Amino acid sequence: MRSIIGIELHIQVNRVGSKLFCSCPTNYYSAEANRNTCPVCLGLPGSLPVVNYSVIEKATRLALALSSRISGSLIFVRKHYFYPDLPKNYQISQYDRAGMVPFASGGYLDIGFGGSSKRIRIRRINIEEDPAKISYPEGDPLKSPYSLIDYNRSGMPLLEIVTEADMESSKEVRAFLEKILTLVDYLDICDPDLEGAFRVDANISIEGGERVEVKNIGSLRDVEKAINYELTRQRNIIRAGGSVKRETRHWDSARGVTVTSRAKEYEEDYRYFPDPDLPPIEITKEFIDNVSSNMPELPWVRAERFIESYGLSRYEANVLTSRRWLADYFENALKYYGNPSKLADLLINDFLGIVNEHGGSPRVVKGSPDKVGKLLSFLDRGVISIKILKQILPDVVLRDLDPEEIIRSRGLDVISDRSVIEKLVDEVFRENPKAVEDAKKNPKAINFLIGKVMAKTRGKAHPAIVREVVARKLRE
Amino acid sequence: MRIEHIGVAEYIENARNDPEWVSEYYSVLFERIGKVEPEINSYITLADPEKAVKNAVESAKRKTTLAGLPVAVKDNISTKGMKTTCGSRILSNYVPPYDATAVRSIKEHGGVILGKTNLDEFAMGSTTETSFYGPTRNPWDLDRVPGGSSGGSAAAVAARIAPVSLGSDTGGSVRNPASFTGTVGFKPTYGVISRYGLIAYASSLDQIGIIGLSVEDIALLLDIVSGEDPRDSTSIAYPSAKSFYSSIKDGDRYLGDFKAVLVSEMWRGVDPDVNTVLKAVIGKLESNGLEVTEISIPEIEYALPTYYIIAMAEASSNLARYSGMLFGISKDPSGVDWVKYYSRIRGIGFGREVKRRIILGSYILSEGFFDQYYLKALKIRRLLKQRLVKVYGDHGFIISPTTPITAPRLGENIDDPLKLYALDVETVVANLVGGPSISVPAGFAGGLPVGLQITGPPLSDLDMLALAYRIEEIIGSGKTHAPPLG
Repeated sequence: MRSIIGIELHIQVNRVGSKLFCSCPTNYYSAEANRNTCPVCLGLPGSLPVVNYSVIEKATRLALALSSRISGSLIFVRKHYFYPDLPKNYQISQYDRAGMVPFASGGYLDIGFGGSSKRIRIRRINIEEDPAKISYPEGDPLKSPYSLIDYNRSGMPLLEIVTEADMESSKEVRAFLEKILTLVDYLDICDPDLEGAFRVDANISIEGGERVEVKNIGSLRDVEKAINYELTRQRNIIRAGGSVKRETRHWDSARGVTVTSRAKEYEEDYRYFPDPDLPPIEITKEFIDNVSSNMPELPWVRAERFIESYGLSRYEANVLTSRRWLADYFENALKYYGNPSKLADLLINDFLGIVNEHGGSPRVVKGSPDKVGKLLSFLDRGVISIKILKQILPDVVLRDLDPEEIIRSRGLDVISDRSVIEKLVDEVFRENPKAVEDAKKNPKAINFLIGKVMAKTRGKAHPAIVREVVARKLRE
Repeated sequence: MRIEHIGVAEYIENARNDPEWVSEYYSVLFERIGKVEPEINSYITLADPEKAVKNAVESAKRKTTLAGLPVAVKDNISTKGMKTTCGSRILSNYVPPYDATAVRSIKEHGGVILGKTNLDEFAMGSTTETSFYGPTRNPWDLDRVPGGSSGGSAAAVAARIAPVSLGSDTGGSVRNPASFTGTVGFKPTYGVISRYGLIAYASSLDQIGIIGLSVEDIALLLDIVSGEDPRDSTSIAYPSAKSFYSSIKDGDRYLGDFKAVLVSEMWRGVDPDVNTVLKAVIGKLESNGLEVTEISIPEIEYALPTYYIIAMAEASSNLARYSGMLFGISKDPSGVDWVKYYSRIRGIGFGREVKRRIILGSYILSEGFFDQYYLKALKIRRLLKQRLVKVYGDHGFIISPTTPITAPRLGENIDDPLKLYALDVETVVANLVGGPSISVPAGFAGGLPVGLQITGPPLSDLDMLALAYRIEEIIGSGKTHAPPLG
């Protein structure tokens, strides 16, 4: 039973200074509730929207990166529905019929999947405004005695990306989303790691069956879970001889299930019409050319460059280019430390671990790339051991402490003085006569003795020298 | 002091020469308001007299452009800290936290907001009878309506309880009451005055306009309130190096420099007395050198239905926001879901005519009817605009009655929407085309004022005001005739 999935993705344009139709700031994550508001985004009587042109520029970047056809005229329309999060009871959006056109149509994104590449076609890209944010004190609307509305989100710019139903598994959807999120990060449209940065609605069906729309999926992990849940639900219905009903369902993240949205008594009619407050904006070839010539390097181009210029594996290149700040960090550190492969290894396995433990945001990274580079050169020169490096890396990354300073003040330099090491080995041999006898018979037992020596120096002894001295003394 | 003949120009001259005169003027003005207003009901909210005088005197002392000029403002134009109701119960407690751009300009130039004037609820009407605050009465005959929807703004000026006022004109709402009250009502080209802060009825047709006692007064205030506004994407900078005021005062322009045309369809169904008054005036203008031709534009018959389809569609959308959430009246929401809550608020908050237009407008925009009504109306609007711009180019300004009749009695039209809508037959053309239009007093029929309307292509405002000024010179200004009140 082949599954067919298409998605509607809403990306919040959080990397512009002001909202889509007013000059209120976009930093609503950190602002006190309902502070970033004005007559326009509150929909006060008499207020009028004025387009923020930098959003159009960002949307143009996205359309160019996805090879979408940009309409010559940008027409905003009103989409009407009554809902408490919508101050005007209509949303300013775009539409694709009766003289109304989407911002861009067509295009594609190739996703690498299972060693091969698959093309996901884009149906359209639209610019629209975000409604306000409703929250319920008890989490569940039915259990809450009241609800709270934060209008800081009202009027935030959104880019809506609608794909064709070209995906066949939750893994493909995830791969597509990850690539798009990386892309919008590179295009300076959206910080995908901020809360609420994107939302997904998925149209899911089993070949031959009716289509179910699952709304309100807010994270990558939930996307996979929601799609898998829904596919299983539909397969079970079909296996049991039933047929899937065409409907809209909501993803309940807390319970991990999709639930049917309360059946409407009527078919929703959005009464779209062009917004008379916003005259059509001509998108000229000059404008597009200008945006095109100022496009940042695209993530997949950068990944290829990392493979070719730095000899990284595809996996390493993909991880390092998954966020622009990380790729920038890597290339900046390379200026201070010349071994790309060792640097990539440290960043992927240790550095990212530290960042993710602290929420995954680049904002926790305080240490500059040169300091990480310096650490690696200390390791290469035998000043510190890998163990010490890993031990002090968090202080360098999170607290911007100077590696040299840490090593000096904490006495962490590697002990490579042979006479010191020989004395320590003699001590260990005296204290562990049985282990020495074992090691003479069984070469594998040598590690116990090495461990004892290292423990005496709290890891500071140069491991290669310790091994060499222990081996020699065992032979004597 | 008698203030019946003091318009904007006279006020500014006196106030700048003698700031003390301002306080005298204001005390006479408020005394007159106290006497006349209870009969007329032109204001919903009045400014605090003490504060108003204080502001005005200070403005005059500072030699500001308007020197404390009191301006009455239609109650659908937002005034910071002053209730703005749209004549509706649903906004009966709404105090805007911001000024409309036009209001801000007036204040910045030293004007004082005298009060907020009555109107048909959300500007939907032509008689000022649908207001939640009761009807306004015509100063020339208290049993008659003042026209609408800017009836309060026109009646206040006619009754000399405001020297000048702002109104709004979506399908004739400034010109119609000007015609019924013997005042001058001007609707500029769409975009010349910012709509920011004007509470929308039909956004593509709405335009703030000015009602005054003379063309000169209109031009003076237009210079203050016009201009491109970064807060209104549909606003424009009027392309002229000269001010409106200095342009109309330009002595080099004569009536003979202008051309005018009578469109026969616009004279059909006109009351015979109105027709007689206006034809006489046109004859006088011709004898003074105005070139007048006559043509037929059969398509103009479609203007009224086209107008109502577009206006109702846009209104149904613009009025969606009134749901008792962020502003306006509210109720305890406990125990009901939000659909019920909205229905309750809208049910009690809106009057019959507003509900009628929201329902019709929602129908027009619905799936399946959208193409049939809305798109077709837009197409006719486009064709009409093309046709009229050509007519203007070939024949000059269109001259017509502003309304086919003089002011009807209260209650005469209110229950028959079709009769009510027909009052707009002459005026809607200007809104559909987006050009300027003015109504000037042209005399009396049966003791009631008659208005002559001039309509032109977009951006002909300057020429139109110049022509109206010359006409006024020949047939006399409305300023000289005050209704017998007080």
